[in-house]
Amino acid sequence: MLRKIRITIAVIVMTLITLLLLDFSGTLHPYLGWLANIQLVPAILAVNVVVIVGLAVLTLVFGRIYCSVICPLGMLQDLVSWLHERFGGKKAKRRFNYSPAKWWLRYLMLGAMTAAMIVGIHAVIALLAPYSAYGRIATNLLQPLYIMGNNALAAIAEHYESYAFYHVDVWVKMGATFAVAVATLLVVGWLAWRHGRTYCNTICPVGTVLGVLARFSWFKVYIDLDKCRTCGACSHRCKASCIDSKNHAIDYTRCVTCGNCLPSCEFGALHYGHPRAAAQPAAAEQPAAASTEQPSRRAFLVGSAIVAADAALAQAGKKVDGGLAAIEQKVAHTHRATVTPPGSLSVKHMAKYCTSCQLCVAQCPNQVLRPSNDLATLMMPTMSFERGFCRPECTRCSQVCPTDAIRPITMEEKTDIHVGFPVWLEQNCLPGTRHVACGNCARHCPTGAIEMVPLDENDELSPMVPNINEARCIGCGACEYVCPSRPFSAIYVEGYEVHN
Amino acid sequence: MDRRNFLKKLGLGTATIAAPAIVSCTSDKSSGAPHEPATGKMTMRINPNTGDVVSLLGYGMMRLPVVGGNGSAREEHSEIDQEEVNRLVDYAIEHGVNYFDTSPAYCQGQSEHATGIALARHDRSKLFIATKLSNFSPDTRSRAASIEMFHNSLRELQTTYIDYMLLHAIGGGKDAMQEFEERYIDNGILDFLIEQRNKGVVRNLGFSYHGDIAIYDLALKMHDEGKVKWDFVQIELNYLDWEWANEINDRNTDAKYLYAELAKRRIPAVIMEPLLGGRLANLPDPLAHRVKKRDPQRSIASWAFRYAGTWPGVLTVLSGMTLMEHLKDNLLSYCPLEPLNEEEMRALERLGGDIVSYNTIPCNDCKYCMPCPYGINIPAIFVQHNKCLAEDHVPHDRMDPTYAAARRAYLVGMNRAVERERQADHCIGCGHCEPHCPQRIKIPQELQRISEYTDKLMREE
Repeated sequence: MLRKIRITIAVIVMTLITLLLLDFSGTLHPYLGWLANIQLVPAILAVNVVVIVGLAVLTLVFGRIYCSVICPLGMLQDLVSWLHERFGGKKAKRRFNYSPAKWWLRYLMLGAMTAAMIVGIHAVIALLAPYSAYGRIATNLLQPLYIMGNNALAAIAEHYESYAFYHVDVWVKMGATFAVAVATLLVVGWLAWRHGRTYCNTICPVGTVLGVLARFSWFKVYIDLDKCRTCGACSHRCKASCIDSKNHAIDYTRCVTCGNCLPSCEFGALHYGHPRAAAQPAAAEQPAAASTEQPSRRAFLVGSAIVAADAALAQAGKKVDGGLAAIEQKVAHTHRATVTPPGSLSVKHMAKYCTSCQLCVAQCPNQVLRPSNDLATLMMPTMSFERGFCRPECTRCSQVCPTDAIRPITMEEKTDIHVGFPVWLEQNCLPGTRHVACGNCARHCPTGAIEMVPLDENDELSPMVPNINEARCIGCGACEYVCPSRPFSAIYVEGYEVHN
Repeated sequence: MDRRNFLKKLGLGTATIAAPAIVSCTSDKSSGAPHEPATGKMTMRINPNTGDVVSLLGYGMMRLPVVGGNGSAREEHSEIDQEEVNRLVDYAIEHGVNYFDTSPAYCQGQSEHATGIALARHDRSKLFIATKLSNFSPDTRSRAASIEMFHNSLRELQTTYIDYMLLHAIGGGKDAMQEFEERYIDNGILDFLIEQRNKGVVRNLGFSYHGDIAIYDLALKMHDEGKVKWDFVQIELNYLDWEWANEINDRNTDAKYLYAELAKRRIPAVIMEPLLGGRLANLPDPLAHRVKKRDPQRSIASWAFRYAGTWPGVLTVLSGMTLMEHLKDNLLSYCPLEPLNEEEMRALERLGGDIVSYNTIPCNDCKYCMPCPYGINIPAIFVQHNKCLAEDHVPHDRMDPTYAAARRAYLVGMNRAVERERQADHCIGCGHCEPHCPQRIKIPQELQRISEYTDKLMREE
């Protein structure tokens, strides 16, 4: 029963969260956005106390059920493991064995994550946060297929003159992030195929934190010693390798409350519920697990979240007719500072809070956001304006961000957030080099920051070139996008490290 | 065989005989099969100068079909579907079409070659070939280059003579007078063509006209003064341009005037743009209903063809037919022509006035403006904008209950029709296109208007 409920919820949540990450139209986010907000790492980064307390209570009542029905990376591993069981023959179902917990590795990873959160080392957070790892896999590997499916529907819709679906470009946004997504899928997938929940129980810091809480959960799986024949069937069935059937002990720090073991016992010795005093299992190997330490450990967790929050608050030639001229693809300029989206306050703030889940990148309707390739900001969203510009009516990235790395902003606020400033390159500018009238940057500037003036101020008839008032520029990139100079625009946006 | 079996066999036999009889009875009335044009019924017009008996429908070779596409062969890297061209030409000739109009510029320069191949399979003496001296580019305006262009036309068309030779689109350019003199007078090319007419290499000499009325008047003055005799003149005529061309764009002249000037001199008129590049086939819904109500059996396009054909001074009406459906529908209008009566003519001219009120951009998708050096797909943008106007997908009032649907249709439709990087917001206003437009559309201005409108729609999410 527990197993069936768990699988049903997992299938539903997994489907919805994947849809949230795949959707590019912005229609699903209002209904499904909460699924990203209830993920633990984003909630801690966003100091979402309701979610943090809620998840702690959930774990203290039901055990590590979070890892089975909320965390998409956990559910992905269950899926891989199930596929092995389904197609791997009889042996696959009984391929697990009890193994002692690797505490040193678990605490090392948790320590690294906590330190990274406090100091703001973005790459560590991004790599270790399980939701973000799944986000990268879904947006990099699945979204292109999803969009291709959409495009097939769009083609059909076009045939019938319907506007229900529209075409969306499929493109690899950044190689490095794509590679990380593939590597994550291979490593996690391989571990899941072989050993079930190894990743969750040795590497994942969220698993470690929840494991510590789960030890004291009210409901748990327990062994009825009167009925147990010590056959070991449950151990072989446990993907978390946490049932020590010989000693009748269960490591609750690793049990993800999946319920797979319950039906595996032929003698009805396994139960899920609040263990009766008589059937209380013998203490498993629990290093440093005296119940007196409970409050201090919990205090540590909450404490670390608050520390992180405080730190965050402190920073803020025509001969014939027809034909189309070939268009050279635009190439991004090398930036001194990455341009981060409005609402992200500063590069530092972004680095501290962003877990690189790619939700904002997947949602950006203007093809502006993409994961960064720079080492310091690797996989974090960065703005680039070769395929579009940050349109004034859109605040979608700020609405979807589950970690508050991009704070929610309104359209009105956006008009006053300066994320960068324009740089004009005279050697690329067409009026000067090709002697054609242009002024497209000035025409499209939403803030009127660009004025066209004669190149030679003493000669009214000299070519008109842009004259930029940096103070009025908000860094939306419209000028860079519509600039006819290719492959390098004659005007581009350089990022501010701190927005103003 | 017993009696029962015999009767059974007899019944079956009767039925099989009866069946086709029933089918043939109903096919005329209710089978729904479209009418097929009849052969041997084409309305013919006689050229008073040469006595040529010319079909009222002329085949314009500007919008030829392209391999693997449903558009015409004027996009990037598009190759003409020669097999399809042959099939269309064969069908047209079979149904009486004998006038074929091409140019060295059409279909990115591939049209004459394709026309030559298609026509070489037929009896040359029964066909009339029209081509043009399309020396638009300054480097083809020298005497030598222009003469080479003429000889090349003969080669491509696989013929030793041209029936109808035109100076291509006089009246265009930034300075129309200067351009006219540069292209045809100063280099002596007009004299060269007159000489060719004397030799019989050119049978009829004329010009096609768009744009500056001063050039039209000048050309006719030359005719009056005996400097050059025009055997025919090609003008744009349809029920919209008849009285409204000047209203739509004050740089243009009503067809009424152009036609009257020719009629006065008994110069046969060859008609181009009878359908305005399809714009008169794709009317705004309320207007389309009005036309359809007059005769539900006739296509909307057929009214435009019958309008042009009804004018007695018209020698032939050119149509750039890309698809077999276009060809068949046009043949139905002219095999034979049922001339419009006075009331119908006036009703169509009034309809023209109502079309003007929709503010469509007068682009006929001729693609003379292309290629834009900055990659903008000008005609595709205009055609799409016009399509939205006709379908009532250009919303202005946000309170309108259909606003959201119309907005989506406009934005999604534009992205479908034109790649984002070729849309109006990328027009820098260099003005390279403008002198090439036969309709004299202020292209950069219109593109900026569309860009601003699109931007506004996007903001009003």
